[in-house]
Amino acid sequence: MTSSFLRKFRIGFSAVILVCFILVFIDFRSLIPSKYINYLLYLQFIPSVLKYIDLKTFAAGGFIVILLLTLISGRTYCSFLCPLGIGQDLFSRIGGKIRKKFRRFGFKKPFTLIRYSLLVITLGVSIIWGIYLVTLLDPYSIFGRFITFFGKPVVLLLNNFFTGILGKFDLYSLSHAEIKGFSLLTYSVPVVFSLLVAVLSLIKGRLYCNMICPVGTLLGLISKISLFRIKYNDLQCTRCGRCSVACKSSCIDFLNHNIDVSRCVNCFNCISTCPDKALSYSLISSKNIEHKTDESKRKFVAGSILLLLGIPQFAKSQDKKAPSPKKESTVKELRTFPVCPPGAGSIEDYNKRCTACSLCITACPNNVLKPAVRQYGIAGFLQPVMDYHKSFCTYNCTICTEVCPTNALKPLLLEAKKLTQIGKANFIKDNCIVKTEKTACGACSEACPTKAVYMIPYEGNLVIPETNHDICIGCGHCEYACPTTPYKAIFVDGNPIHQAAKKPENKNSEIGTPVEFPF
Amino acid sequence: MRRRDFFKTTIEAGIAAGAAISLRGHENLWTSSPSFVKYDMVAVMGGEPDAMFDLGIQELGGMGTFVQKGQKVLVKPNIGWDVVPDLAANTNPLLVKRIIEHCFKAGAKEVYVFDHTCDNWINTYKNSGIEKAARSAGAKVVPGNSENYYQAIEIPGGVMLKSTKVHEILLETDVFINVPVLKDHSSTRMTAALKNTMGIVWDRGYWHSNDLHQCIADYALFEKKPALNIIDCYNVMVKNGPQGVSKEDVVQMRSQIITTDWVAGDTAAAKMLGVDPQKIDYIPIAHKMGLGNMNLESLNIKRIKM
Repeated sequence: MTSSFLRKFRIGFSAVILVCFILVFIDFRSLIPSKYINYLLYLQFIPSVLKYIDLKTFAAGGFIVILLLTLISGRTYCSFLCPLGIGQDLFSRIGGKIRKKFRRFGFKKPFTLIRYSLLVITLGVSIIWGIYLVTLLDPYSIFGRFITFFGKPVVLLLNNFFTGILGKFDLYSLSHAEIKGFSLLTYSVPVVFSLLVAVLSLIKGRLYCNMICPVGTLLGLISKISLFRIKYNDLQCTRCGRCSVACKSSCIDFLNHNIDVSRCVNCFNCISTCPDKALSYSLISSKNIEHKTDESKRKFVAGSILLLLGIPQFAKSQDKKAPSPKKESTVKELRTFPVCPPGAGSIEDYNKRCTACSLCITACPNNVLKPAVRQYGIAGFLQPVMDYHKSFCTYNCTICTEVCPTNALKPLLLEAKKLTQIGKANFIKDNCIVKTEKTACGACSEACPTKAVYMIPYEGNLVIPETNHDICIGCGHCEYACPTTPYKAIFVDGNPIHQAAKKPENKNSEIGTPVEFPF
Repeated sequence: MRRRDFFKTTIEAGIAAGAAISLRGHENLWTSSPSFVKYDMVAVMGGEPDAMFDLGIQELGGMGTFVQKGQKVLVKPNIGWDVVPDLAANTNPLLVKRIIEHCFKAGAKEVYVFDHTCDNWINTYKNSGIEKAARSAGAKVVPGNSENYYQAIEIPGGVMLKSTKVHEILLETDVFINVPVLKDHSSTRMTAALKNTMGIVWDRGYWHSNDLHQCIADYALFEKKPALNIIDCYNVMVKNGPQGVSKEDVVQMRSQIITTDWVAGDTAAAKMLGVDPQKIDYIPIAHKMGLGNMNLESLNIKRIKM
């Protein structure tokens, strides 16, 4: 095929995919049913591989589809389905608008050593040690973190701005959403990778995909034997070199009629740009070499850094002020394990499978999930962890388990989730208002959905909490509601292996339907 | 900053308007006991929530006694928990709907419904059935999930609670109708009319850590008092409150208490629950502070059985 239709189709298709991905990651009201999110995520390479390793069914075999697609058509995935790749194409376009030079690529040598080393190291480390490098380098997760960390706060700001305006007109169809920041340290990875990917794509097209991305390198290897490729028609070509200039992957050596198929992402720009219709996308094969460097725009980089560093600062300042009791609590909570989300099974399993794409962080209606700093140890950096100081896990909800693309969180039915004990509530009497102030409180027991925290008689008219670990599910509502500072009088300690809670027993009351007014 | 100014002027205007109204002898709007209301309390038993309200409000001279033409009304139910209506953790949606209809019939310009929920507010508004019921009656359902909606107020005379932040809609409306549900409560033993105000303020944690009972009573000093309290005792959560665990916690009492005096209302409600009102500290505290009357014998109560 030599028509420019291929490129137009690619642009249209990828634009739709990119918009869908952005919507999924900014959907802070969970308006998109998780069924559709699952359809969209089915073909994401790394999440699908992880899900497959876990489930070993073809229902989780989206990556096999991608492998076959690559065998047939080359790295179509990178231009059509990878949100990070599509996002880079967008940046590259913007780069071209800033400076024409950024869009004039030309053939360059591949970074063979770097890209294959990175692929091998990522694979090796994942097999021997853990998922850490995959978490860092999975393009889908990088994209997810980018939107969650920087895109979502902007959307929330806009939402709150329009909510304010509508409110002035007495309209309440939108509502305020609290902008909650994460621990400052967790911004480091998204900031570094966002800058790296943004700058590289802005000035060098698809260099990130062809130098760093392990998925790109792997699919590149496979596409070396792909059936469909971009080919020269030697008779028609006038060696004008426009194809090479237009190639975002810098993989067209037009003088030797060589196209480095391991780097070609099937963007079809070369076909469209060729005035002689000398390039076509069709069956069978070809191969290679040159060099050049460009300056980066310092102002832009500095601006980006400021912007990216500014957002977390801003988000931080939006944190809710803690209520202020009269006395400070004195006993520190003794936490032995972090609380990982329901559906994880165990912290160990969870740490093996989560790539920290942060989709569950966005999907959680209660904002209880935040990227971990050191709660799970270094290897679990950025993997979502329950933060009961900010919020709690809402009883009637299983959204995080529904959207997880890697099966790090396995789908739970609501009834099963309500009996999944992810941690246990521990009461610290010496911090409790009822003991320290001798006044009524009971906020924890109020909040408890299973009455695992209940009140027993204390002094005089007062009642004081007591806990029943059998029926506690570790939702953290008690910890969230507890008003003491700096230490809570009740806190949830995580279960390293999630357990089954007992169903709360309940008997009918002795109070009957009245027949007379008791007053 | 401009937003703050906007509210400041709104509040100032509200106070000025309030002063103007009271000068003209319409003090019945904001004081707890309108002089021309026949009864201090109407208690109804044996009907559906909406039918009981129809009957009860008629005994008090109809909703027109409390809502004037063109006024904006806040109907504040208890929408605390993400629980279905049958479990009675929230005010009965049918009752809320009927109250709103009465307000519009009396000529209300606008009726608003909101609560500062304990559970996730979107799910709670939805699963309580109140959002749908209120909208179907023509009310505006207002979110209360963000501090941005709350404005600082002073409570002169408050012992523990001297200032707090209340939802702007309370300050922007002319009439406040308090529609709690009667429930057992783990912290205070009972929740009904007075405790329902914890859903008006932003920072409940302060109340919990600074003598909960006193704070509940203190808040009742705030000038924007309910014109009417309608305590839903149709399905009553008699234990495991305020959230409840299962349907075993609920007893169908098919009752309703309608009163201008929320201390009296809570006293009657406590008796419905079988609890000595003296044991629910905030009731005697509020009584002593002169915020209402817990001596039901001295009140003119109309009791109706359907």
